[in-house]
This record gives sequence, C-alpha cells and structure tokens, in this order.
Amino acid sequence: MTVEELRAVAQREQLRKQNCKSRILTCQAAGCISCGSKETKDAIARGLKEQGLDKSTEVIGTGCMGLCGDGPLVIVEPEGTLYKQVDPLLGSRIVQEHLLNGNAITSHVIPPDDPFFASQQKIVLEHCGRISAERIEEYIAVGGYEALARVLTEYQPQQVVSEITKSGLRGRGGAGYPTGLKWGIVQKAVGDQKFVVCNADEGDPGAFMDRSVLEGDPHKILEGMAIAAYAVGSSQGYIYVRAEYPLAIERLRMAIKQAERFGLLGNRIFESKFNFRVDLRIGAGAFVCGEETALLKSIQGQRGTPRPRPPFPSESGLWGMPTLINNVETFANVPPIILRGSSWFASIGTPKSTGTKVFALAGKIKNTGLIEVPMGIPLRDIIFRIGGGTPEGTTFKAAQTGGPSGGCIPEEHLDLPVDYESLATVNSIMGSGGLIVMDSESRMVDVAKFFMEFSVDESCGKCIPCRVGTTHIHGLLEKISCGKATQEDLALLEELCVMVKETSLCGLGQSAPNPVLSTLRFFREEYTSVLKETERFIPSTSNEAATPHAS
Amino acid sequence: MSVLTLTIDEHPVSAKPDETLLDIAHQNDIDIPTLCHLDGLIDVGACRLCLVEIEGSPKLMPACTTRPQEGMVVRTNTDRLKKYRKMIIELLASEGNHQCAVCVVNNHCELQNLAYAVGLVYVRFPYLYPKKTLDATQESYIIDRDRCVLCTRCVRVCSEVEGAHVWDVAGRGISCEIVADMNQMWGDSDACTSCGKCVMVCPTGALIKKGANVAEMEKETDFLKYIVTARQKQEWVGEYLKEH
Repeated sequence: MTVEELRAVAQREQLRKQNCKSRILTCQAAGCISCGSKETKDAIARGLKEQGLDKSTEVIGTGCMGLCGDGPLVIVEPEGTLYKQVDPLLGSRIVQEHLLNGNAITSHVIPPDDPFFASQQKIVLEHCGRISAERIEEYIAVGGYEALARVLTEYQPQQVVSEITKSGLRGRGGAGYPTGLKWGIVQKAVGDQKFVVCNADEGDPGAFMDRSVLEGDPHKILEGMAIAAYAVGSSQGYIYVRAEYPLAIERLRMAIKQAERFGLLGNRIFESKFNFRVDLRIGAGAFVCGEETALLKSIQGQRGTPRPRPPFPSESGLWGMPTLINNVETFANVPPIILRGSSWFASIGTPKSTGTKVFALAGKIKNTGLIEVPMGIPLRDIIFRIGGGTPEGTTFKAAQTGGPSGGCIPEEHLDLPVDYESLATVNSIMGSGGLIVMDSESRMVDVAKFFMEFSVDESCGKCIPCRVGTTHIHGLLEKISCGKATQEDLALLEELCVMVKETSLCGLGQSAPNPVLSTLRFFREEYTSVLKETERFIPSTSNEAATPHAS
Repeated sequence: MSVLTLTIDEHPVSAKPDETLLDIAHQNDIDIPTLCHLDGLIDVGACRLCLVEIEGSPKLMPACTTRPQEGMVVRTNTDRLKKYRKMIIELLASEGNHQCAVCVVNNHCELQNLAYAVGLVYVRFPYLYPKKTLDATQESYIIDRDRCVLCTRCVRVCSEVEGAHVWDVAGRGISCEIVADMNQMWGDSDACTSCGKCVMVCPTGALIKKGANVAEMEKETDFLKYIVTARQKQEWVGEYLKEH
C-alpha cells in the first residue's frame, strides 16, 4: 500500500459514513457485553429492519465508551446522543422514538456536559467507543496509519526516537521509565535481530485499561508497535496478551489479519524497506508474566519466572537479542505524538509526567468505568468530580492505586496531583491504572489481606522472600484480622514486610508488601485496636505456688 | 581484556569484567553465604542469601549475578544484610519439614550449616508443615520433597551438565515442587540416566542415595567443577577432533 492508497481508503470510508443518515454505536466491550449489549444491538438492528431504516442507518459495535457502571451504552450519530442502560426494549424504543420521530428519550440520555465526560481528555481512548474495532477502514478513516506513513516516508529512525524523547512520554505499565530513553537504548544496542514486545498481560485486580484499548482500538497498538520497530530497527513484534481476555485476543487476531491484507504489516510497508510482522502470544494465567523478564521467558516457551536484571531486556531480551518492551497504553500514545508533535504532547500534564493517564475506576464509587485524565489532576477530582464520589450513605475512606503493588491513599492526601513522583511520596505508585475506591465500610486490615492473598497466589516461587515471606505476611494479617495477634506479631509483620520489599528478586515481590506498609502508615489504629494483650508466661508469685519447694 | 579495581568490605581487589562479585569475593577469602549458587552451574539469583550492598545503589544486588564495575564499593556483611540472611534461613526452616535428627545428611547439610552460620536458634514464624511427597521409585535414589528448598541445583545440573533435563519446577508460589519429566514418578522417567549428579549437588536431604542411614550421607560437589572446566578446555576431546 502507498500513502495515496491509504488516503483513498480513508476518503471512501468517510464518504460511506456520510451516506448513512444515522449511525448507532453500541458498546461491545466486555463490560457492556456482560450486561447484555449484544442483545441490545440485535434489538436495534431488528427494529431498524422493521421500520425499513436498515439501508440508511448503520449499527456498529465499538469498544469501551467509559461509563461501564451505566451500561449497555449506545450513541446515536450524527447527533452524538449518549444513552445509558439500554436494554433491548429501550433499544427498539430508540429506533421508534429517536430515529423515526426525532425525539430523544431524555430519561436515559447522558448530557454531554456530564462531569464524568467533561473533565476528561482523551488521547489513548480517542477512538475507543467511536469506531468499530473490527474494521480497519474505520480506523484509517479517523487518521489511522497516517503516523506510520509519515514516519516511514519523512523520518529517520533517530528522529522518531528524539520525537518520543521530547514528548516526555513515560512507560504506562507502572514504573514510568522514560520511553524515549528506552527506545534509544534498544536502537543503539547491538544485535543481529531486535524485537518489539507489547506487554498486554494486565493482571491487577480491578484494572481493565489495556483490555479496553485492545478491544476498542487494536490497530492503534499495531501502529504504535510498527513505529517503535522502525525506530529501533526491528522486524518482528510480539503481543503478549493474557488468555483471560478472549475478546481482546479475537479482535487483535482480526486486526493483524486486516493490517496484513492492507500491507500495513508485512514486507515493504508503504513501499519502504521496512518490514514488520506481529505475532500474538497468549499467557497461561500467571500474573508474574507481566514482569518483563518473566514475560520474555514465557514468549520463548519457558516457565515464566523473572531473572535478575541487569542485563536489561533492552540489551539482552528475547533469545539474547535487544528487545523493546512497552505497555499497551504506551504504544497507544505513540501515533498521536507523531501526528500532533511532541510539543503538543509535552504541553499536557505536568513537566515531569506528560500526557494523560487512563484509569479504571472500581470499588465503592458511583461511576465505575474507564477514564482518561491529564497527568497532575488532583485525585479528588477523579474520585468526586468524575467518579461521582462514594455511593449514598457512605463516606470516602481511601483509594488504592497500583493494585497489589501499590498503596492506599487516605482522605488527607486527596489533593495530591496524580503523577509518578507525587504518588511515590505517599508510598503508592501510578501502576498500570487500576483505581479502587474504598468507603467507610472497608476494613483496612482486610484490604491488605486481600491483596496479600493475591500476591501469595501469584508468587512464582523462585525466590525465598517472596515465596515464603508473602505466605507468612498473609498468615500474620489473618491472625490480626481475627483478633488473635499481639504487639509482637505486629512488629514481626513490619519487619517481614521490609525484608520482603528489600530482598525479593523481581518488582512484584519487592512491591508485594506495599498494601500492608501503606495501610499501616495511614490506618495504623485499625491494626493496633484489634491486638490482644501480649501472652507471656508470668511466674506465679503467690505463696501456694512457691511454698511446696520452700517448705 | 581490561582489569578493574573495586573495593569489597574495605579491601581493594582486582577483577575481570566477566567475573561476578561472588567470584571476586571468594578469590579474596571474603565469605558470602550462598545456597542456590554452585560453581559450574548457571546462576539464577534465587536464594537471595548473597545479596550485597553497593554504594550509590538503593537496591541490594545478588553477588552471584552482579558484574564488577570500576571503582565499585561493595559491602557484604553489614548488620542489615546479616539480619536478612538470618531471616531467609528462618523462612526456609518454617517452609519445609526439616527434621534434622532423622535426616540422612544430618551434620553434612548446607541448610543446617547456614543456620549455624547465621546464628539461627529460634524460628519466629509458624511452621507450615506442608504435605509433601516422597518418591523412591528410582532404583538408586530417593527424592524427599519435605526437605527441598527449591534451589533448583538439581534442575540445572540435569539440564546443563548431564543434558537430560529430567527435573523441573511445577506449580507456583508456596506450592512449587520439583517434578520428574512431565510430573511422573522418577522411576518411570525415560530421560533419567541414573547418573546421580542431582543427588550430589542437592544441598539438603531432599535427594539422597538409597541405603544410607541417618547422618551417613556426605555430598560431594567438587566433581562438577572438573567436568565443567574439562569441557570448556576440551580436555576430553582428541587432538584430531579439536583440529577439525
């Protein structure tokens, strides 16, 4: 395919869209599907047919629209009316009343100025919920693969790296390593073959950002990976996606096939010398395979256990070759940076944490769902303005970021700007973007115990501190939780947490005690209030006990 | 090849870039406790006993996999490291079913020696008493998983030196176990050559010879160094083969 052919495809698709009188977008992401959006879509299609509107109106399934708690969601275009809780019955009413009679069903319309949407800024999710994830033409029509075309025809690889460096983009997988620096290292590393790997092994409890991007806009990831591959000099990419995401896998497979058919993956892309292929690798249910060295081993077909770094994968990764590993969300930021320029991207967010971050809101919050906000936004805005606060009758207690590797942030730190450095000051991490809200009902010892149970289950068992340490941390939390622990147990718990944090082999073990350490820091009284008196053998001083020997 | 100088525990020492901090420490009679490491096997950095402090680095690094750098300042025996080493042995002691008094390698056990070395006299964690299995189907040897510390020396020696790859780790976390072939009885393994290398490198009484009584078995790991060195130098290959 040439650049001209790409633009012709875009034009044809735009024309086709214009010829449709209206378009009905139904959310077909896993969240909405679970509350019946497939049936809604069918009902709408049936209704259109009955009314004879099926020629002029198109019904498409899209990726996540964001407000998962109010699903199934439906958008009617060109008006852009967003409906919530659309069951099949309401679906046919929309056809009848909105399309036929031109009256929107106001009781189910979410106004465009709803604070949930108004405070967001979408870069990663710009197409999510707006286009069909199953047709490459729709992605091309909204400017897809334009960034790849530009890079291949106008940029030297070095320019791509410096563009990403200047944008200030940092790894969205959790640690926030500067992406441009990583690309530069892989570019300079020496190897016969280099690899680009997309880490889509999202496993934190309550996190579904990457899944939503993969389900809603898979081509964006492929394009981001291709740009990265051109920059570092690779011709083979892998997407490592967890088996628990069957829909994401299906859509990725479809997307790869379509991109290959269009010549956007494969040999001589855009008539250049650049070749790039992408293969899927499916995980087998191990959380630890989200750790990069374990992920690489798993791709190679070995047992997924981490190894000590250095050497880092950028020097010695897949089969000992330089390997670039980035998270889904990181790759999704790449095409917009190329298209709109690094200075545009750097102007969003804070100077040290640029751009936006996708968060998955879950737990005791009114608006559960997927949001994208500029970095540096106060946590209070996310939880109360966008999230709508905790449900009626309860008060906010803490927010957990970073899943089992992160920490709890209490009420007094709610005005903290959400960026990598600020979250670190309260012993939490940005993490991949799971945000679980807890209300006054939540017992923090149980929260810590929940995350520790997860870490016990998911420890790979390679290093002793994580394998045995997390088991004992969980045991001690259990003891505290049921009121059988003493002051000594609490001291032992703290000592063990610090030890596991400092001596474990990989990032997962090193961060596994964080939920305990952070709840201890902010909610210590919840631990101490359930301790019992120290059991000590106290020799009896009474005469009866002492006399037998004396007399 | 360039030569580097660095400081380990206040001693200035010299090093080649491809050596590890553990090699260098041993050359200079600086003792760093180890468990998963064994000369002749590829290091995995799993037991965390050889962690050392490196000036300027916030993280503790395993000496067995860390390469030296010019001017590096390494500390191997600080109070913090001593405390962590003791806790690691303490965790191991609570994890398995380590009954020394009825063990074939009693008094010749690396775990026991490490416990003495770090001064472990009392275990503060509850014993986990896991239900483990014993497999005596192999003609000459026994694997008693009660005493396994998952150092994976047996896995590595069988794969790297013997080339049979009978052993591997199954399961995850606290329920990890060493299994033969595709998790079958050792005696049913077609790959096993009965060479006994795994038994000799096992630091505890998890892999033992049949017929040995309590405290009777001593393990001999030096053989490994000779095999590996001889292979590297091709000492067993005839002059003709070396030339062609």
